[in-house]
Amino acid sequence: MTNKILTIKNLTKIYGDNIVFQNIDLSINEGDTVVIIGPSGTGKSTLLRCINLLTKPNGGQIWLDDEEITSKEVNEDNVRQHIGMVFQNFLLFNHLTALENVKLGLIKVKKLDKTAAEAKAFQELERVGLVDRAHHFPGQLSGGQQQRVAIARALAMDPRIMLFDEPTSALDPELIGEVLEVMRKLSLAGMTMLVVTHEMGFAREVADRIVFMEKGSIVEEGSPEDLFNRPKFQRTREFLWKITELYGKKEQEE
Amino acid sequence: MSDWLNLLIRFFDDFLVGAGVTLELTAIGLVMGFLLGLGLALGKVYGNKPLCWFSTAYIELFRGTPLLVQLFLIYYGLPSLGITLSQTLSAYLALGLNSAAYQAEYLRGAILAIGNTQMTAGRAIGLSRWQTILHIILPQALRLAIPSWSNEPILLLKSTAVVFLIAVQDLMAKAKRAATTTYNPIGSYLAVAVVYLVMVFALNALLKWLERKARIPGFEMEGKKGSL
Amino acid sequence: MDIIRFIQYIASGTAYTLGVTFVALPSGLILGLILAIIYVYGGKIAARTLSVYSTIMRGIPPIVLLFILYFIMSGTINLSPFWAGSISLGVISSAYQMEIIRGAILSVSGGQMIAALAIGMSRLQAIRYIVLPQTLRLAIPPWSNEAAIVIKDSSLVYALGVPEILRRAQLISASTQQPFLAYTTAALIYFGLVLFTNTLLRRLENRLRIPANP
Repeated sequence: MTNKILTIKNLTKIYGDNIVFQNIDLSINEGDTVVIIGPSGTGKSTLLRCINLLTKPNGGQIWLDDEEITSKEVNEDNVRQHIGMVFQNFLLFNHLTALENVKLGLIKVKKLDKTAAEAKAFQELERVGLVDRAHHFPGQLSGGQQQRVAIARALAMDPRIMLFDEPTSALDPELIGEVLEVMRKLSLAGMTMLVVTHEMGFAREVADRIVFMEKGSIVEEGSPEDLFNRPKFQRTREFLWKITELYGKKEQEE
Repeated sequence: MSDWLNLLIRFFDDFLVGAGVTLELTAIGLVMGFLLGLGLALGKVYGNKPLCWFSTAYIELFRGTPLLVQLFLIYYGLPSLGITLSQTLSAYLALGLNSAAYQAEYLRGAILAIGNTQMTAGRAIGLSRWQTILHIILPQALRLAIPSWSNEPILLLKSTAVVFLIAVQDLMAKAKRAATTTYNPIGSYLAVAVVYLVMVFALNALLKWLERKARIPGFEMEGKKGSL
Repeated sequence: MDIIRFIQYIASGTAYTLGVTFVALPSGLILGLILAIIYVYGGKIAARTLSVYSTIMRGIPPIVLLFILYFIMSGTINLSPFWAGSISLGVISSAYQMEIIRGAILSVSGGQMIAALAIGMSRLQAIRYIVLPQTLRLAIPPWSNEAAIVIKDSSLVYALGVPEILRRAQLISASTQQPFLAYTTAALIYFGLVLFTNTLLRRLENRLRIPANP
């Protein structure tokens, strides 16, 4: 039995009258990559934000390893440094260079001294192949490069798990590949990952498990093999059909 | 508190008269400032070199020096050049000249936002340069200027409060009198602060109402930016 | 009055004017910065209170506020007109500076705060290291406008008897019978100070500009 890194029980999030998601159960084993797919507006991003405690769920519980992070006694800042997060629109710190973006958390949160932080930051930039861009500001980097810096920034904190919130949705088509490549390598290296994406190719190739979410609940989950070839539900089938249709067309155009 | 209310009641009529003077100063300064400011804005955008240079220098000098100094220069300084003005006239002139520099900048911004294409269009149908400015550019620019311009009346109302320093009998002068007769400066100035606040809020409401009435859908500087 | 005494007189007046500005502007900045942070991040009640505070402070003419604050201060802690006047101008300016900084904070995208929290920073750290460095850069142009206003408003302490430029000009004009010359000199000194400050802040803005930041 492998070690469970993340366990979610009965998680519910409601904004006013709007139920974003309800009674979500999900667990992720150490080293696994789980991909969440589903139509826009089904609460996937909000789910990730709840896991990182950036948004408070209205009900349910989340455990990181054996610690219940939804309990009141938990120090949120402390939890967040163990959960890496990569955002759709990168969210690099605009006033800092790539290197400083990666370094800042190491110095201020991990309390490393400057030299150790710099060495570690270079190491992480190396991992995403951007050492030569270390002294560039976000505005001087392409979208793909910015996203790779953002991944390095999250990795630098040595997280237990990495959350990816549609990491390639804001990128031009020709820049998507470089980011997916970094993510694929990361997954192979044994990082535990929870990824929300519309990149079906990536999901099929890299995911250990795929979760299909619609209208605030999990419809079905399984291995890529099962979900893509033998979906149990009509809704899953329809979604997969639509999305391959859409992306297939895009590929033909290129 | 009851002392303060007594003070307010005792000097209420006095404060009303002062407030009237303050509003009068604001109104006259605003109109003078508008006419002169419009001239300066046109001079800076469309004028020949000397006119453009003069407008720029005027705007920078009047915006770069305190109103109080301008007031003293007019009231105490001009007589040595043979121009002697009464206190009230000096105050009108100082406020008008000062406000003109600020209003010129609001109007200039709006004129520039209308842009050259309207000028080209006007000239294309055979209007002269000044006809185009008068009939095509200004009607649009003045409307466009309203949101930013509408700060000016309130700024001007607040800046009138220094004219009591050359003994014009505005609201602040009345406060000073109340302060010296009651030996309660804090209470007196607090009282007129409230009167100023009421005037500012009322003026603000009036301007917001005018702004709404003058609005043409889709024709705002902000709106233009957003639709790009 | 000979020319040397005239220059000495004006120079010491200028020193007072600079002194008032150097007290008022930084104290207004510190107070404005703190208030702006509380306004944006301090919850609903704080925001509503500060919004009322700001509306009232900015709705009353500076000279009226100056007199109120001056009489309160000189009555309670017995400060000299210079200090009471300068600090009062700082308090008045803080309401305007709060609005400038608040606007700049709001225009730094909320995503920056979220990204900082996501790597485990506390809210205070995120404000200190991520939000403020970007905010203060954005605030320089409007702040430079406010700096010019404070320099000009420093002339109001004339009414409290502080011997700054305008007061000196008045004394010179009385002793030389040259009021036009005296007040023109005063005006030009104010103009020079405003011009100098604006140039300095524009340089600062260019120097601190983040490369290729939209």
